[in-house]
Amino acid sequence: MTVGYEPVIGLEIHVQLSTRTKMFCGCRLSFGAAPNTHTCPVCLGLPGSLPVINERAVQSAIMIGLALGCEIAPRSLFHRKNYFYPDLPKGYQISQYDVPICSDGRLGDVRIHRAHLEEDAAKLTHLGESGRIHGAEASVVDFNRGGTPLVEIVTEPDLPSAEGAREWLILLRTTLRTLGVSDVDMSQGSLRCDANVSVRPAGSTALGTKTELKNMNSFKFVKDGIEAEIERQVGLLEAGREVVPETLHYDPRSGRISSLRSKEEAHDYRYFPEPDLVPLEATAAMIAAAREAIPELPAARAERYERELGLSADKAWELATRPERADYFEAALAADSAEAVALANWISQLVERIGPDADPAASRVTPAGLAALVGMVGARQVNQNAARDVLSMLVEDGGDPRAIVEREGLGAISAEDSGLAEVVARALAADPAAAAKVREGNDKAIGPLVGFVMRETKGRADGGEVRRLILEQVGG
Amino acid sequence: MSELIALSAAQAGKRVRAGEVSPAELFEAYRARAAAEELNAFTWVAEARPGAGAGDATAPLAGVPVAVKDLFCTEGVPSQAGSRILEGYRPPYSATVVAQLAAAGAPLLGKTNQDEFAMGSSNENSGYGPVLNPWDRGRVPGGSSGGSAAAVAAGLAPWAIGTDTGGSIRQPAALCGIVGLKPTYGACSRYGMIAFASSLDQAGPLTRDVTDAALLFSAMVGRDPRDSTSLAFPAPIAVPRRTDLKGVRLGVPEELTGSGSGVEAGVRSSFEATLALAEALGAEIEPCRLPHAPHALAAYYVIAPAEASANLARFDGVRYGLRVDGDGTLDTMYCRTRAAGFGPEVKRRIMLGTYALSSGYYDAYYSQAQKVRTKIAEDFAAAFAGFDFVVTPTSPWTAFPLGAKSEDPYAMYLNDFCTVPMPLAGIPAVSIPSGLSDGLPVGFQLAGPAFSENRLLDAAFALEQAIGFDLAPALGLGA
Amino acid sequence: MIDREQVLHVARLARLALSEEEVERMATELSDVLAQIEKIGELDLADVPPTSHVIDVVNALRPDEPHVSLPVEVALAAAPAPVAGGFGVPSPGDS
Ligand SMILES: [Mg+2]
Ligand SMILES: [Zn+2]
Repeated sequence: MTVGYEPVIGLEIHVQLSTRTKMFCGCRLSFGAAPNTHTCPVCLGLPGSLPVINERAVQSAIMIGLALGCEIAPRSLFHRKNYFYPDLPKGYQISQYDVPICSDGRLGDVRIHRAHLEEDAAKLTHLGESGRIHGAEASVVDFNRGGTPLVEIVTEPDLPSAEGAREWLILLRTTLRTLGVSDVDMSQGSLRCDANVSVRPAGSTALGTKTELKNMNSFKFVKDGIEAEIERQVGLLEAGREVVPETLHYDPRSGRISSLRSKEEAHDYRYFPEPDLVPLEATAAMIAAAREAIPELPAARAERYERELGLSADKAWELATRPERADYFEAALAADSAEAVALANWISQLVERIGPDADPAASRVTPAGLAALVGMVGARQVNQNAARDVLSMLVEDGGDPRAIVEREGLGAISAEDSGLAEVVARALAADPAAAAKVREGNDKAIGPLVGFVMRETKGRADGGEVRRLILEQVGG
Repeated sequence: MSELIALSAAQAGKRVRAGEVSPAELFEAYRARAAAEELNAFTWVAEARPGAGAGDATAPLAGVPVAVKDLFCTEGVPSQAGSRILEGYRPPYSATVVAQLAAAGAPLLGKTNQDEFAMGSSNENSGYGPVLNPWDRGRVPGGSSGGSAAAVAAGLAPWAIGTDTGGSIRQPAALCGIVGLKPTYGACSRYGMIAFASSLDQAGPLTRDVTDAALLFSAMVGRDPRDSTSLAFPAPIAVPRRTDLKGVRLGVPEELTGSGSGVEAGVRSSFEATLALAEALGAEIEPCRLPHAPHALAAYYVIAPAEASANLARFDGVRYGLRVDGDGTLDTMYCRTRAAGFGPEVKRRIMLGTYALSSGYYDAYYSQAQKVRTKIAEDFAAAFAGFDFVVTPTSPWTAFPLGAKSEDPYAMYLNDFCTVPMPLAGIPAVSIPSGLSDGLPVGFQLAGPAFSENRLLDAAFALEQAIGFDLAPALGLGA
Repeated sequence: MIDREQVLHVARLARLALSEEEVERMATELSDVLAQIEKIGELDLADVPPTSHVIDVVNALRPDEPHVSLPVEVALAAAPAPVAGGFGVPSPGDS
């Protein structure tokens, strides 16, 4: 259906910073606290109160700017964005307008237009039938969230597809999580994404009319919502109709897109410089401190794994873009002398068992335990199959892999172990025909012989070692 | 009793400190007068002396009670900014300046009437009725700090604080025959002052004399971590002592005092007599230029309403104050609440400010006004290169009859012609009474560079001694 | 000059209900005031920077230290329509 068209997608992301206090007052940020228990004259917009900028929020914004390769404005301003809404206590949002703190960056293949600081709105809950005021439907405002520091990140329209948008958003989340400046949890609203979507005939450079898709609260909904909107727009164009610039809502249950009727009243935010605040100058010292506070970011980490540890590009990226896995990987490397490539592969095995969203560090398998197991495999003290069983046991009950191998009798029977040579001899005796074929150079015939040894040793023998012994013994 | 009332605040404080008068006695003397007043100067009067701290005989302000303009938030005390939209509103916190005064030992006597949200020059825009001028009860006291000015002039309070945005301390001080200081922008915290125009608003003292002004001001200054635009005052505020003006260069700006200024004859002659006195004290007086000053009023009436239109958006019927529900929709609630709660002048300025900021008009109005502001600040800087102070009449005219200018908004705005340029430049200015014209006080204004308050008050003190203005008719203490 | 339509538009932005009589009066009064104000438009200030702050201060920042918030009953004390621990409002429409 969408063949012959290409989408043009830009994202606007609001990131709640995880500072201790709000953007302009000392109220603690709150998660699930009773309504209106984290308020003060400033964040309630009481008459006479004044905002004061949170130093830490500024540092977080600079860190985000640096991580996104932005220019940090030597002097930026706060503006008032004026509109009436019950979740906006002052009748204006303090935001940044023509001089944002960060601009012109890039993350992956996507250019960043700007990133600026602002304050979050309060929470407005519809009470429905239960809470009528003067016979009409009512809502209730909780100002706990009001004033939470936000960084709004605006991309250029560089995202190639709905899936591309989803993937890029995951990269952004990982980057922000690595910075430690936000919880970046879409389901909790600490990462919120709007998309500007338009379509145009493939190959055209003109931009189509764009719509704004609001507040998709999971990575999947971002993808599904954008996909649905692309289809809707192409459908309109194919039918000879026009795309109307409007703000839209995607309903993940029905998969339908609906208009958030903006009442024909064009917004006129009447931005003007916030007279209660003075300009923000990002000094060299502030930028240096922010740079210092930035840990190794995913892209740099992946590059290091590839370069220093010899991981494949895919494996390096898979680990580095999931900091919890990368941290686990590094802890395991530090704990034992396990080989990095093997360790990375075994972390994938672990993730398969605990699920892709689980943090390995929260599992029963300690980094040292996994490293010990991988070390035993490397030293041929336990073979691959047995090691997989041991890993499953570790996931279930935890413990020391050496003790488990010992207890379960899973240790590899090595060449030095005279017993193995004896079992090989029995295998040759039991199947002289196969032994003869092997002697004649028929490699395939070795299989049943190895199988015999494995049965006899309950899988503890090392496959390579068994082959070597068979060849040695038939060869005479 | 009336002997106590006749004392200036500094004199009363001296008595308290010497143990000749108790803070309780002083407080009750004023409280009784304030409670019985007939000027409508107060919107609230304390029933008792506040405990803990305030009223300490050894503190810097030595238990001398203070009247506070309604718009200063005062914990648990009605703080309505002269507006019906805040009727009965008692904030859960106090303005920094109010807390500073209490900490300095000045107990809160009462809250004073004002033009609604400080928008006005006559006090007729109060939601709680006009204030009467103690010199002539048929006339206005000026505004917007009219209640504070009238209370001090009439001996209902030893001193008071107000706010000045375009002249709201100086003009009522002039019309009531007292001293009013508009400090350098940033000298006093704005935290807890219900905002009119944030980039212009400044708190300051209204007092019977210059010495009291310096004393009260000394307890008001200071950097407040809760006000990003506040600054540490570079020096302690000194008691003014200067008795001459030798070597002081006074610039008289043609633009604010010449024929185009609308200054009426009686005011002009008092102004000229004061210049002659200054010269006799040793001052050098020359004309100076403030080429953009005639445009200050227009710039002011863009910038102040624009900021006000945003500052007043919080009065929306949701968290405090008046609420008028209508047909059950949010928009109707907003529109009716604000229509019912704001008076005509406030509505006019909200409309003006909203218009000036609206799409398509920002550059022509707001941006242009900010550029005018730049030029005005440059004009003053140039003038101060050659002069210590710029002097003008405070108001082009004396107190006018109630209702005389209510029908013509722009005529009312012309009250601020001589006082508006200074806040646009953020510089301090003081108004002192220079005499009477037809039995009504005339104000003389001195303006200096930022943070020149000590010098400014010194010069004002010297002039004050030479002028010898007599406030007795307003104090009304009889013989 | 400001006409009736503009008055209504601005009143809408400012959420002010105006009576018919107020609309008429506002149009006249605002036009008179604007006529005075518009004179600044004649000044050639193209190269002049605008002043939004008269003070030369930057970076008035606050350490990220929590203060004690208001008790909820104090926060709600002046609320015209307290509901369920919050501030009751008529439900907004869709926008
Ligand atoms: Mg935003
Ligand atoms: Zn707060």
